[in-house]
Amino acid sequence: MSTQIEAMVRQTSFPFADAPDPAKFSVCVHCGFCLEVCPTYQEESNESHSPRGRVYLIKLASEGLIPLDEGVVSPVETCLDCRACESVCPSGVQVGALIEEARGQVYLARVENKKASGIQKLFLRGIFPYPARLHALGSLLRFYQRSGMQRIVRGTGLLRVLPDAMREMEGVMPEISAQRALTTLPERIPVAQPKRSVGLFTGCVMDVFFSQINEATARVLTKNHIEVHVPKRQLCCGALHVHAGDREQARQLAKTNIDVFLEEGVERIIINAAGCGAALKEYPELFKDDPVWHEKAVDFSARVRDISELLVEENFEKPKGRVERRVTYHDACHLCHAQGIRKEPRAILQSIPGVTLVPLPDSERCCGSAGIYNLTHPEMAGNLLERKMDDLPETIDAVVMGNPGCMLQLRLGVKKRQQDLDVLHTVELLDASYQKEGVTYGN
Amino acid sequence: MVTEYVLRKLEEILGAANVYASPAQVKAYECDGYVAFKSLPGAVVFPESTEDVSRILKLLSEERVPYVARGAGTGLTGGATPTRGDVVISLAKMDRLLSLDLDNHRAVVQPGFVNLELTKRVSGRSFYYAPDPSSQSVCTIGGNFAENAGGSHCLKYGVTTNHVTAATVVLPDGEIVELGSSFGDADGLDLLGLFVGSEGTLGIATEITVKILKKPQAVQTIMALFDRVEDASASVSGFIAEGIIPAACEMMDQLAMQAVDKSRYHVGYPSDVEAVLIVEVDGLEASVRALSQRVMDVCLKNGVREVRSAKSEEERALWWSSRKMAFPAIGRISPDYMVQDGVIPRSRLADVLKRIESISQTSGLRIANVFHAGDGNLHPLICYDSKKGETEIAQDVGRQILELCVDVGGSITGEHGVGIEKIVEMQYQFTQEELALQQAIRDQLDPKGLCNAGKLIPTPSRCMEMKGVAHPTVSSMEQILSASASVQTHIAR
Repeated sequence: MSTQIEAMVRQTSFPFADAPDPAKFSVCVHCGFCLEVCPTYQEESNESHSPRGRVYLIKLASEGLIPLDEGVVSPVETCLDCRACESVCPSGVQVGALIEEARGQVYLARVENKKASGIQKLFLRGIFPYPARLHALGSLLRFYQRSGMQRIVRGTGLLRVLPDAMREMEGVMPEISAQRALTTLPERIPVAQPKRSVGLFTGCVMDVFFSQINEATARVLTKNHIEVHVPKRQLCCGALHVHAGDREQARQLAKTNIDVFLEEGVERIIINAAGCGAALKEYPELFKDDPVWHEKAVDFSARVRDISELLVEENFEKPKGRVERRVTYHDACHLCHAQGIRKEPRAILQSIPGVTLVPLPDSERCCGSAGIYNLTHPEMAGNLLERKMDDLPETIDAVVMGNPGCMLQLRLGVKKRQQDLDVLHTVELLDASYQKEGVTYGN
Repeated sequence: MVTEYVLRKLEEILGAANVYASPAQVKAYECDGYVAFKSLPGAVVFPESTEDVSRILKLLSEERVPYVARGAGTGLTGGATPTRGDVVISLAKMDRLLSLDLDNHRAVVQPGFVNLELTKRVSGRSFYYAPDPSSQSVCTIGGNFAENAGGSHCLKYGVTTNHVTAATVVLPDGEIVELGSSFGDADGLDLLGLFVGSEGTLGIATEITVKILKKPQAVQTIMALFDRVEDASASVSGFIAEGIIPAACEMMDQLAMQAVDKSRYHVGYPSDVEAVLIVEVDGLEASVRALSQRVMDVCLKNGVREVRSAKSEEERALWWSSRKMAFPAIGRISPDYMVQDGVIPRSRLADVLKRIESISQTSGLRIANVFHAGDGNLHPLICYDSKKGETEIAQDVGRQILELCVDVGGSITGEHGVGIEKIVEMQYQFTQEELALQQAIRDQLDPKGLCNAGKLIPTPSRCMEMKGVAHPTVSSMEQILSASASVQTHIAR
């Protein structure tokens, strides 16, 4: 039998819809230039846990040459989806998209075999899609922190029964925001002579843990004569669902968000969380097989901007208030690798009087946060966090970034090492500087 | 065969975490950067020290299990590809810089240490490691040692063998030997020279002493765009005739420029020039200025359309990325590619390029050309689509190009090695007697024929097989490899 006929007869090991796209893996020429930038390869030296290995195994499974078993699942699940490989790939392989598509197959295979984990299902399907439940969870956590329960729990040693990773995260959980910015910010914040109108995407983790950053984002935008809309019906972006392979739920969320923001008629959709930003920009990937929604997704994505990207694009007003800080900047993977945003946040930081920006060696290496990777793969995440902490320059008083996941992870690192170091978002420093020169909230 | 017994012993030596044996774990190791031939390893193991490697080789030798060493797996000729259920000995965890002697310009590294990492470690003190293959950001010094890797700057600075001064090598029977000497020539026969470039067929280097150089005071990089390949070639000959030895002198043709311009490393080459030269001169500040002017003058004399030097370090870095990423960037314009690595006398450049063009037209496969023009080292990139069954045509085109190189007085490899890919062409390059002599040396060190067997030197049985086959197809390659395996087992007895 000729190899071509064999290939036709062979069954793919990815039996479900929306499988890894052959056009994506056939671009890989197996040069291996991606190996050394891959955090998991750096740690394990295992070809199967390198981008080239992962793409190769996905290709073999797609062609039915290997089964969808541990040989594929483990490589696909250990990937941080950090996209560092995409930044160096001369051939332009979309490794992240391939991994996400493969995870979709793994997820569906598990659903079929009723093996999807309870916690995963609870969070992905039961909580994140529903703002009210997310809010309730936030309130519960807040009650837990405020009521003294947290102190009691920490005191009794009850935490010892929790898995290490959960226990560690509990330790650094920031004070839950009293109110989500999605609730507190007005639906429309008008400005005199607006240059633009934008929709603010408030996100989940960002809004539950760092709603003050969303507020700062709104202030910074209005300061720059940009009218801010906060559509109240917006939902979770679906990034965590895509990462976990639950693509159908992600599509449902995406459809609502697309409709809500397009109906709002805003020129730009602004996001301050790198992970969400990448997901929003990649909505068209979710609708490859649906021409109607694909077109809408393309329209939506073309409007999405990271806050730093928009500020530079709009030639933001140079801040005048002095903020005496010595900081370093950590490149969130989904900002630098997935969105190619590197210069903009640095330009913003350097524009602030009093801020000294100290370079961070290997600033584009993943900190190990990677969505919920630090919960699913605590050991690898822990090793990467250690390396990141080792790299931080000694003389700084804050480390700045543009993603809430990284912020939680870095806080964990700071706490573990008992360092006197603030973990901040780029916008917070810009906002602080604007505040010092006296800014009014909206009009 | 990797038996249960062998696996258990390997686990005793390395610990279970450093031994992969299930098909799911080893599948990704069935080829290196050369994808036209694949074969499943019997196991993959990760030693962490010279002693580990020695114990592994003793065991495999006693049990007559074939093995192959592997670094980053970026080789382009299948040098790290198993061919008969070999144990793949991955050196990726032996990746430490063992010692640094800046006063005497020496560094000692383990074989899995990444080439560019060495430069990074010493650049703060104005030192660097000179051999710079395009894959330098990921390839290992052990792999460079095995293949005698070159790079863009080997025109002036020489290839790996010129930079390795000593090595600890584990011989196929497990014996640990020291070859060469950190300083000065080793007495007696140059055994180290024999090992560098032997493609992992004589043993496994586990500690490598290399020279590190002081960075030149000044560097100037020049880009020259030519309407005609002939003019670019004439310029290259012109530099040498003028007595200029550029640090690097690289050429790319239009198809290669198109591919790389589609990648992240976009320079924006004009679509109607036939060739671009990237020339680098280095040395003392004053001499570099004069030299770069002379380089530009030679280009102008040869009808260059546009020539200028890099305005900033950023621009220079982009030009170099565009050159170094050119191979894999071919993935932008073709589903598969095979890169060839022939060497020709510099004066024959224009003529050989024309003949490659006619091979391309006859075969119907596009060929992009990227090469170290200064030392006549060609890298024709043969574009093909394996799904359309073009693999064999591509292999045939590769063979024709290599034979052409030999015909004009050159050789079949400049820096990528022979591996699996060019083993048949070895007979075009060498006589039976010459090959038999090489084999005899190899038999002395590896009498059981286990150490990366089936690579580099065709065995006599293969020579006979070859006479019946114009060129090995993948399936005939499998037959040949298994035939040579049985012959070697026979010899071993």
